[in-house]
Amino acid sequence: MPAVSKGDGMRGLAVFISDIRNCKSKEAEIKRINKELANIRSKFKGDKALDGYSKKKYVCKLLFIFLLGHDIDFGHMEAVNLLSSNKYTEKQIGYLFISVLVNSNSELIRLINNAIKNDLSSRNPTFMCLALHCIANVGSREMAEAFAGEIPRILVAGDTMDSVKQSAALCLLRLYKTSPDLVLMGEWTSRVVHLLNDQHMGVVTAAISLITCLSQKNPDEFKTCVSLAVSRLSRIVSSASTDLQDYTYYFVPAPWLSCKLLRLLQCYPPPEDGAVKGRLVECLETILNKAQEPPKSKKVQHSNAKNAILFEAISLIIHYDSEPNLLVRACNQLGQFLQHRETNLRYLALESMCTLASSEFSHEAVKTHIETVINALKTERDVSVRQRAADLLYAMCDRSNAKQIVAEMLSYLETADYSIREEMVLKVAILAEKYAVDYSWYVDTILNLIRIAGDYVSEEVWYRVIQIVINRDDVQGYAAKTVFEALQAPACHENMVKVGGYILGEFGNLIAGDPRSSPLVQFNLLHSKFHLCSVPTRALLLSAYIKFINLFPETKSTIQEVLRSDSQIRNSDVELQQRAVEYLKLSSIASTDVLATVLEEMPPFPERESSILAKLKKKKGPGAVSVNELEEGKREGGELNGGGERGGDSSSTPSPSADLLGLRAGPPVTAAAPSAGSLLVDVFSEAVKQPSPTAFLRLFVCKNNGVLFENQLLQIGIKSEYRQNLGRMYLFYGNKTSVQFVTFTTTVTCPGELQSHILHIHTWNSLEPLIEGGAQVQQVINIECLTDFSDAPLLNIKFRYGGALQNLTLKLPVTINKFFQPTEMASHDFFQRWKQLSLPQQEAQKIFKANHAMDTEVLKAKLLGLGMALLENVDPNPENFVCAGVIQTKAQQVGSLLRLEPNAQAQMYRLTVRSSKDTVSKRLCELLAEQF
Amino acid sequence: MIGGLFIYNHKGEVLISRVYRDDIGWALISSTGGRSRRNAVDAFRVNVIHARQQVRSPVTNIARTSFFHVKRSNIWLAAVTKQNVNAAMVFEFLYKMCDVMTAYFGKISEENIKNNFVLIYELLDEILDFGYPQNSETGALKTFITQQGIKSQTKEEQSQITSQVTGQIGWRREGIKYRRNELFLDVLESVNLLMSPQGQVLSAHVSGRVVMKSYLSGMPECKFGMNDKIVIDKQGKGGTTDDSGKSGKQSIAIDDCTFHQCVRLSKFDSERSISFIPPDGEYELMRYRTTKDIILPFRVIPLVREVGRTKLEVKVVIKSNFKPSLLAQKIEVRIPTPLNTSGVQVICMKGKAKYKASENAIVWKIKRMAGMKESQISAEIELLPTNDKKKWARPPISMNFEVPFAPSGLKVRYLKVFEPKLNYSDHDVIKWVRYIGRSGIYETRC
Repeated sequence: MPAVSKGDGMRGLAVFISDIRNCKSKEAEIKRINKELANIRSKFKGDKALDGYSKKKYVCKLLFIFLLGHDIDFGHMEAVNLLSSNKYTEKQIGYLFISVLVNSNSELIRLINNAIKNDLSSRNPTFMCLALHCIANVGSREMAEAFAGEIPRILVAGDTMDSVKQSAALCLLRLYKTSPDLVLMGEWTSRVVHLLNDQHMGVVTAAISLITCLSQKNPDEFKTCVSLAVSRLSRIVSSASTDLQDYTYYFVPAPWLSCKLLRLLQCYPPPEDGAVKGRLVECLETILNKAQEPPKSKKVQHSNAKNAILFEAISLIIHYDSEPNLLVRACNQLGQFLQHRETNLRYLALESMCTLASSEFSHEAVKTHIETVINALKTERDVSVRQRAADLLYAMCDRSNAKQIVAEMLSYLETADYSIREEMVLKVAILAEKYAVDYSWYVDTILNLIRIAGDYVSEEVWYRVIQIVINRDDVQGYAAKTVFEALQAPACHENMVKVGGYILGEFGNLIAGDPRSSPLVQFNLLHSKFHLCSVPTRALLLSAYIKFINLFPETKSTIQEVLRSDSQIRNSDVELQQRAVEYLKLSSIASTDVLATVLEEMPPFPERESSILAKLKKKKGPGAVSVNELEEGKREGGELNGGGERGGDSSSTPSPSADLLGLRAGPPVTAAAPSAGSLLVDVFSEAVKQPSPTAFLRLFVCKNNGVLFENQLLQIGIKSEYRQNLGRMYLFYGNKTSVQFVTFTTTVTCPGELQSHILHIHTWNSLEPLIEGGAQVQQVINIECLTDFSDAPLLNIKFRYGGALQNLTLKLPVTINKFFQPTEMASHDFFQRWKQLSLPQQEAQKIFKANHAMDTEVLKAKLLGLGMALLENVDPNPENFVCAGVIQTKAQQVGSLLRLEPNAQAQMYRLTVRSSKDTVSKRLCELLAEQF
Repeated sequence: MIGGLFIYNHKGEVLISRVYRDDIGWALISSTGGRSRRNAVDAFRVNVIHARQQVRSPVTNIARTSFFHVKRSNIWLAAVTKQNVNAAMVFEFLYKMCDVMTAYFGKISEENIKNNFVLIYELLDEILDFGYPQNSETGALKTFITQQGIKSQTKEEQSQITSQVTGQIGWRREGIKYRRNELFLDVLESVNLLMSPQGQVLSAHVSGRVVMKSYLSGMPECKFGMNDKIVIDKQGKGGTTDDSGKSGKQSIAIDDCTFHQCVRLSKFDSERSISFIPPDGEYELMRYRTTKDIILPFRVIPLVREVGRTKLEVKVVIKSNFKPSLLAQKIEVRIPTPLNTSGVQVICMKGKAKYKASENAIVWKIKRMAGMKESQISAEIELLPTNDKKKWARPPISMNFEVPFAPSGLKVRYLKVFEPKLNYSDHDVIKWVRYIGRSGIYETRC
């Protein structure tokens, strides 16, 4: 950039600015500005033409006045005139004024565009840069319309200067962000990707920002960038610090570029090509190795740059989640940072570890740092770091260390910051419930929790204790004893009184044998707290008293006395008064039988989602607790609740818990969920309110539209249509939360040999990488069937919900029967063909039990949904169904015939499928057998 | 009650900070955390002095704490309270405080405040106690708070001051003696007007003050009479005055008035006579307001013509409307110009006119003008076309002047002085009366 020469200093401007600076008051400043504005107006109005210098000076003054916060409504024309100047300084001021002041709907925009066009087509690189900067700064739709076609050409042209290329790349990025529909990369795609190979590091750095943005929207088109990025990265990583000269920052080669490359790679799944992958793994290892080397400089910039790359690399490793070795190494590296002097590093390390803890490969490695994390929780000075430490403890908790972690969190609660106490309480409550091995521990923990941080224990927490105590009879006695002891403390929290009142009212009889806790002692203890409590608690206590009358008839007179007292029966609170009156009457009128019936022990609570989890979710939003964890927590919580109905042995047997640990690694609902896990899913499907994943797929064999997947965050709807060997599938992604999903990407992969059997091209319909809360976006997938197939393609969805990365893999409901073309034929045709397909491998037969009622109409509908033609009056037995159809694939057509013989008495079916290809008949038979 | 008092300069730096009650600190400690007193100080600076939008309300509520402020040139005076105080009381106190400071060291400016740092704290200790306003009478204060070094007073003097300040007539000490008993009486009025372009009065009122300077010996009893309509009518009914028609015309209706604490209010309530023992030196005897039968000293007749988009022609005529023998002074007419003015040509018959770009106005100044005259100015304003379609709001033309009569029509009928103990009578007192009418906000729409 040419330096501003001394003679160009604009003295008038300097004087004006120093005048303004010297103004004593706002009024004086306004006066000075008014004077200057009048002066400029008279100059602009003046009859003689101004020379470039004064024009520049006045425009500069106007700009300064505007930046001081005053309205400027003239001078635009003069600024536009400056654009056509040949002097750099004048042109620059002109562009500056326009970038700052011209709004997009100005009528001058045409003139400006014209000037920009001239500069873009000039061969002067500085002018081109100025013009590009102006476009990027204004970034309006009009600008995009005018230049979106031009800029890619400049970007990829061979003779463009490097500095212009940089500006062009960033300018294009800006335009793409404002109006993505106008920036069509199309033919430029591959050339833009190849900018990654550019000699000039600046160009690569600029281009990579563009490519990252573009590939988030169209991952497929930019797929080729992965291998280029990997090779670029490996070149940088393996280079000595002196190789890159200008781009070495405090002995770290090209740190910004490296970070951007790593971030770009995070948009894609691990590379499939072995060589590329190997190279990438090598790079990541080198980065991890470098972190171990002694620092080359003591400067903070050196370590900052190094750590930036390291953290980006670790996020990539976490993103891939497939290299156990790297994950463990990353974890160890983070472990070192946990004790680092630098607060930011400790924070980042804890945060990254939180995500690492949810990976099956590194969970154990994370657990080794438990002591350090606990220490951080206790001694860390910065509250945000302590918060992360608490999050990490929560994330790393499992059956093996639950007791320790819960104990530590409890002890931390006493000194915790007020802002995070409630959340801590919820977490402790959840962990205690989730990993409770024996219930006495659970009850102890929660009562401790109420004792320590009673104010922060929300209603949900103590509701939950009571639910669990009521549902589990083996813990009731212990609970009664414990609360009785807890209530003996001279000062106890109201929540404790609530729990105590409820539990003693229900199960006080279990400890009444001990003279130290005789009924009257229990009652007196409770009643001693009565006057200190709020109205709702008092109401609860009154109910406890009436329960006492039922449990211990000997207390009846004492309690009636209490109820009869003026402070109860004439209480100013309506609720309390009503309870007192009703309970008094009930106790005096009703016989013991009636009393016993009315005041029977509470029935077990229905099993449902733990209310605490819902509370935590509500409180935290996406927060640091990943949804996977929540899902898992819910299931394990369910296990605890469901313990009663399953005989209570499940919690002590090791196998289900091991399975659950296994589940943690995968997303909550995957098509490939382990079968042991699906047992649990089935057990708790009511709570989760969603069919198991295989059921999803089964549903879609006979229909084309419906809901493919649904959880608390996301709903995926599907709509599909098929013709011949082609199909089109509309996927609707609905964000069920109020928080936006960012970096939302989906990829469709065909595992194994399916790739050669099915071909699909998918396109996004103007889809943003973020989905607003409550919004729905649509994706279209085109499918072409090349030849018959049996497996289904996989749909992988990744997005960030709050901080947590969500990863889902689903099977797309594409089955071979979708490509059926119905064929009508007469009876004898059918049997003729049937006989033709008589080779043993062409026939597939299955005899199976009916899963649903054998309703003829339902069966018919299902068979029609299958895609074949249902042939009436063909089979001699009217009960039987026969169908015929041709499967259309690109390679061949496969004729298929089907016969379904229901047996109503035995509730059995016999299904026979014959087709010209053995694999087809087998697959069809499998698919259909699940349907009836 | 007032919790604290702060004085800021134009930059928002605190010059004086006096906290009377701790509650104002506590009020803000919860909202911002950190040190208490500093917070109240900072809150006002951030939210009022440095506010992005100009704060026009003199009362600002921040974090349940009220800030009452007045501005004198570049100085901000802010009273802070946590309680629900009488806002009028607080402002009255702030004005009094300004008066006291002016009486002690002249103009309230940053320089003066910095130079009289100790004095101001001393005054604040005296006139405000635990947030309750105390004696703020300058004369009384001057007896015991002086600017000349520490002069140890004798026991008698001290006890005299005590008995005076705590006594019934706290504003005057005994034993004052003058060789020449003299008395100056000024009637100062400011007339406010808003007039439509067609010459219709939209609103007008006069707010006036009677300021006295008395140099009288002993403890004189004074009685002040003016042409108050109620008094004149009462007397007219009694048949003591000559012509009821004439007195009716010359009497004025006072809408409301307030008096100096020396005036016996009970007597005013019962007889509507103003009698008092005056403080020594200068003081404001009364304040009043009238809205009826106002004599408007000047009439402004504007004529604005837009010639195309780039030119504006303005013609303004002023007519003086009082006795030809009287002379108005310091006349200034301010004609606002549009914001896109690029040049102005002015022609005027009398005085000097100039386009002041810094104020976006043409200022026309005439030194002197007799009654029943008229004068004219015409100006051509060139405009710069702008891309803004906003129309010019046409702010009103305003005017400043000073005339030697009371536009409300108030007349002093008598001021009698009785001093029974010393032997001087009403006739021995030399009395001076002066009327000054000034413009307040005197505007005519154009």
